Amino acid sequence: MKHDFSYFIREGVGNLFSHGFMSFATVGITVACLLIMGTFSLVAYNAEMLLRTLESEYEILAFIDDGNSAAQTQAIGRRIAELPNVKSVEFITRAEAMTAFEDRTLDDYLRANISEDMFRDRYAVFVNDLNLVNRTADQVRAIVGEKNVRVDEDIAGGFILVRNVAGVVSFALIIILLVVSVFIISNTIRLTTFDRRDEIAIMKMVGATNGFIRWPFVYEGFLLGLLSAIFAFALQWLIYASVAKGIDAADTLKFLDVVPFGSIWRPVAAIFGGAGMVIGIGGSLTAIHKFLQV
Amino acid sequence: MIRLNNIVKEYENGTHALRGVTMKIEDGEFVFLVGPSGSGKSTIIKLLTGEIVANSGRIAVNGFNLMNISDRQVPLLRRSIGVIFQDFRLIEKKTVYENLSFAMRAVGASPRLVRGRIPYVLELVGLSDKTQQFPHELSGGEQQRVAIARALVNNPSTIIADEPTGNLDPSRSLEIMRLLGRINELGTTVVVVTHERDLVNRFQKRVISLENGVVTGDGVSYDAK
Repeated sequence: MKHDFSYFIREGVGNLFSHGFMSFATVGITVACLLIMGTFSLVAYNAEMLLRTLESEYEILAFIDDGNSAAQTQAIGRRIAELPNVKSVEFITRAEAMTAFEDRTLDDYLRANISEDMFRDRYAVFVNDLNLVNRTADQVRAIVGEKNVRVDEDIAGGFILVRNVAGVVSFALIIILLVVSVFIISNTIRLTTFDRRDEIAIMKMVGATNGFIRWPFVYEGFLLGLLSAIFAFALQWLIYASVAKGIDAADTLKFLDVVPFGSIWRPVAAIFGGAGMVIGIGGSLTAIHKFLQV
Repeated sequence: MIRLNNIVKEYENGTHALRGVTMKIEDGEFVFLVGPSGSGKSTIIKLLTGEIVANSGRIAVNGFNLMNISDRQVPLLRRSIGVIFQDFRLIEKKTVYENLSFAMRAVGASPRLVRGRIPYVLELVGLSDKTQQFPHELSGGEQQRVAIARALVNNPSTIIADEPTGNLDPSRSLEIMRLLGRINELGTTVVVVTHERDLVNRFQKRVISLENGVVTGDGVSYDAK
């Protein structure tokens, strides 16, 4: 039997309207599931971006002994820059280091009593991979001397731990939410299918194939998923933009740099569309399966 | 042709529904299948429509060997059989015309074929003027005629009617039986499952009697014990 697309799509659309309330309920629940998943994913994405920014600002300080000439200091800088995990090296003079300290400290007495002699020239070394920071620090120590390197290994370990935990938790939660969504949608569509079990029984009775019976439900699931994805995407955009605006306006949250929705809307739309259709079609197929065993 | 040879059917709960039933119904015959509740009538219908499979014996319907039928062949078997139920089983949200077109489209009939076939079948059952009405707007007899039209619309070679007059008053019952008789005269094999002795005996047709899962009679009258 040929695939009668126009018939199936007409039946699918017809079913959407003839079972209006259930369609509305299905779309509502799918939108809710997509929004929960989307919001969580976007929070996780922003957290990841924030971590990356913080990581990129993480530095190893390599102090230069006063006895080194300018040429020797430059040679040290080049050697550090050539190390495997080093992203970039920035030379900071003792004067610049003192100015930075003065900017940071709130202690007026301290500020009034420091002098350049108390500081040393140094290199700020930025790394590519925080996991390898200890090895890189050792390599820098081999160049500038054991006691001339300051590296906060606990902070690096903290970043790594936060990123690993966040990655695992995000992945697990997204999978759990996806499975829960398919389950909820499947049950909702099963209710609509239950409502139509007589129609299915009649189709089976007159000799319709399972494939023929299934297709309108597949199209219906597809349309429900697509519709849900569109609504969820629009709502997600609205919520995200409002929250981003709120964070931007709050003085206490200035350190949070929210990724603009305009720069990520394409992948978000694609993921919403894909997830909506997977949930819709998957839910339809699992729901109808039971009723085809006649 | 319908042929059952020493059919045994035992359900999973241990009920022995059929204990070696043998019968043969030729093409074009009109047969009443009668018997009290629990005699095995419904089991035979389920076997004939491929809903269940017998435990042993041989069963063939319209050229399909039902002891060895594949899942892909079951829809083809069902297209050769029109089934009518006591409770009509019409789709309430669809009009008379839509109920019939739904049954035709379900087996892949083209819109053109649907438009050509439905008026003919509705005229045959005397419902040409009811095409746009919904089932709840019709009397019980009219609803059963829609169900008969639906069973006929895909032009099956056999009609199986399961207690088709169970929900109707005597005059409507007679009307439905006469309609089934007319359909039989047009060449369709008709098997009517019923326990209404008076109605059966009004028609001088073949009567196969069942009791406790065995055939107890095959003649032209229903002599219930």
